[in-house]
Amino acid sequence: MTEYSTVEARLYASIALVRRAEEVISEIYPSDKIKSPVHLAIGQEYIAAAVIDHLRGSDYASGTYRGHGVYLAKGGDLNSMMAELYGKKTGCAQGRAGSMHLVEAGKGVIGMSAVVGTGIPVAVGHALAIKQQRRNDVVVAFMGDGSTEEGCFSESINFAALHKLPILFVVENNRLAIHEPLHKRWAADTLTERVATYGIPATRFLEPDVLAIHEHVGKVIDDMRTEAGPAFIECHTHRWYEHVGPCEDYDQGYRSLEEGEQWRAKDVYVTLGQSLDEKEKAQIDQDIEASIQAAVEFAEQSPFPAAEELYNYVYA
Amino acid sequence: MSTPNTSRLLKYFDALREGAEQAMDADSSVFMMGLDIDDHKGIQGSTKGLVDKFGPERVFTTPLSEDAMTGVAIGAAMAGQRPIHVHIRMDFLMLCMNQLVNIAAKSHYMYGGTVQVPLVIRTMIGKSWGQGAQHSQGLHSMFAHVPGMKVVAPSNAYDAKGLTMQAVRDNNPVLIMEHRLLYGTEAYVPEEPYTVEFGKARVLREGNDLTIVGVSNMVMEAMRAAELLAEQGIEAEVIDPVTISPLDFDTIEASVNKTGKLLVVDNAWLNCGFSAEIVARVAESENISLKPAVKRMGFAPTTCPTTPSLEDAFYPNPKTIAITAYQLASGKQDWVPADDQCQLAYQTQFKGPF
Ligand SMILES: Cc1ncc(C[n+]2csc(CCOP(=O)(O)OP(=O)(O)O)c2C)c(N)n1
Ligand SMILES: [Mg+2]
Repeated sequence: MTEYSTVEARLYASIALVRRAEEVISEIYPSDKIKSPVHLAIGQEYIAAAVIDHLRGSDYASGTYRGHGVYLAKGGDLNSMMAELYGKKTGCAQGRAGSMHLVEAGKGVIGMSAVVGTGIPVAVGHALAIKQQRRNDVVVAFMGDGSTEEGCFSESINFAALHKLPILFVVENNRLAIHEPLHKRWAADTLTERVATYGIPATRFLEPDVLAIHEHVGKVIDDMRTEAGPAFIECHTHRWYEHVGPCEDYDQGYRSLEEGEQWRAKDVYVTLGQSLDEKEKAQIDQDIEASIQAAVEFAEQSPFPAAEELYNYVYA
Repeated sequence: MSTPNTSRLLKYFDALREGAEQAMDADSSVFMMGLDIDDHKGIQGSTKGLVDKFGPERVFTTPLSEDAMTGVAIGAAMAGQRPIHVHIRMDFLMLCMNQLVNIAAKSHYMYGGTVQVPLVIRTMIGKSWGQGAQHSQGLHSMFAHVPGMKVVAPSNAYDAKGLTMQAVRDNNPVLIMEHRLLYGTEAYVPEEPYTVEFGKARVLREGNDLTIVGVSNMVMEAMRAAELLAEQGIEAEVIDPVTISPLDFDTIEASVNKTGKLLVVDNAWLNCGFSAEIVARVAESENISLKPAVKRMGFAPTTCPTTPSLEDAFYPNPKTIAITAYQLASGKQDWVPADDQCQLAYQTQFKGPF
């Protein structure tokens, strides 16, 4: 593991890896080598980075189909991810997952689901197992604002609160579900207040203040390891790219470029990078470029699974 | 094909839209709800413009709450409205299963005929470009299993419009199973409103050597296979059941009685599925004099993988259909069609992501 001189440098490295990996994915995409729907989290990476920085190898993280960041931050292998996007045998699911169902069980990356909300109770189940096994590990479940509209969101929080399970629910509220804005889906923009009524700590972050999120989550997770029970955070954020695919889409008319520009002015990748020692930043950037380059080469050179392999893994 | 001829070619997604539009024009109790139906993409064009025409009270998106929204649609239907509830993938209907199976399908019977649920569910099977495990399933057999539900599967633009209009008029819950790869296909579609009758199969191609029954986009693939077979001197009779439940078994029975050979190509797994239902009815039939040779094709008995190298082996295609049909009809294994002859335009044109 690389040693960093500061927390800022460590968080930057995590954010920059996801940012650059997804930018490279969006550059490769028009070549049709990646025949998988890609949901990029560009602009939102700081949330997973800030939260997962507090996790150990034996903890779990669950993400969604927009999960490159969660996968990489939790220690998922970049080569396996890239190969999976290419549909190669060396991918993290041997070509069965594509971008939407990333998994790395050995690193505590819970397999991701593309049916919105389905991952939430599954993450709670991991927390239940931790409790039953008397471990002091924790689970973090990442989800979008849209998933909080599914019944299983409320049902899962109720159960986790009831059983004081070690799980942090993190809503990345980019205020969009595909192209539908929040006000067409919620009567009141008071998610955090609603969740607090389950009797668990619930905190909202309106700004992309990566260090504030980092500090808060650090305390919450420490408490959780000593049986404090579940907690919730909501981070307002902004999705820079289209819902699915490699492009920006401010020209489509369903959201304003002004809003996007306000968020871009606060881009954590840039602001945090500027706060680092220049030499250290340059080294981090250089290492990241090299690892991404290597991952792309690895993916391109890996073989596709053979047709006979179709029947592997139907039953355990 | 018994499709009436008019001069206008229309795409499948346009036909779906036009069917809903004309149904809404004709009856003010018809409304449409569903995730993303009112955005600028409009469910790949199939709901585009409807909100502009009918306004947000009759055409609206919903929260991501399929279970509750299905119940809401059912309740509105019981109270005299005629909802069309749209889902961009059939996989998401698993969230609606409880409401559909336990309430929608049963209410008319359970409440002794005093309640009706005139609900239309529109939903689409996905395929290709890494749709994978959760964006590709054809789950019609699950729904067709349940008395009280109707399930229809338009394989072309003509049926897409006519079945939509009939579904809205029907006083029962009707599930319309569409297919993503059919969205860009064209057929002659009359401009005026019309319905396609439920429970009436269509013989798309006549032949004496074997019967092929295809479902949804497998109708298209079977038609291509039939052309290839014809070059080998084998005449396949291709049947589109059009509606899964109710099923027009008489048409299939008559064909099998003539050809003595049956191949069913489903857009789904075989185990406990619609293909098994057809074969079982053939086996039970007292009108089929000689025991026919039967064969079924469908998804491989695995979860759908994302990578093309595995996905290619997962689905039937014109080539595998033609090979299987050839063996069934001739008893020989001495012919394999050339790959370039087996391409279907809709497949080569489709580029993801969804
Ligand atoms: C149960 C279900 N319904 C609908 C969809 C289609 N869908 C995919 S992503 C999405 C929006 C989800 O929004 P959100 O939870 O806010 O996450 P984001 O994409 O913004 O990260 C929808 C409606 C789905 N995949 N699953
Ligand atoms: Mg969102």
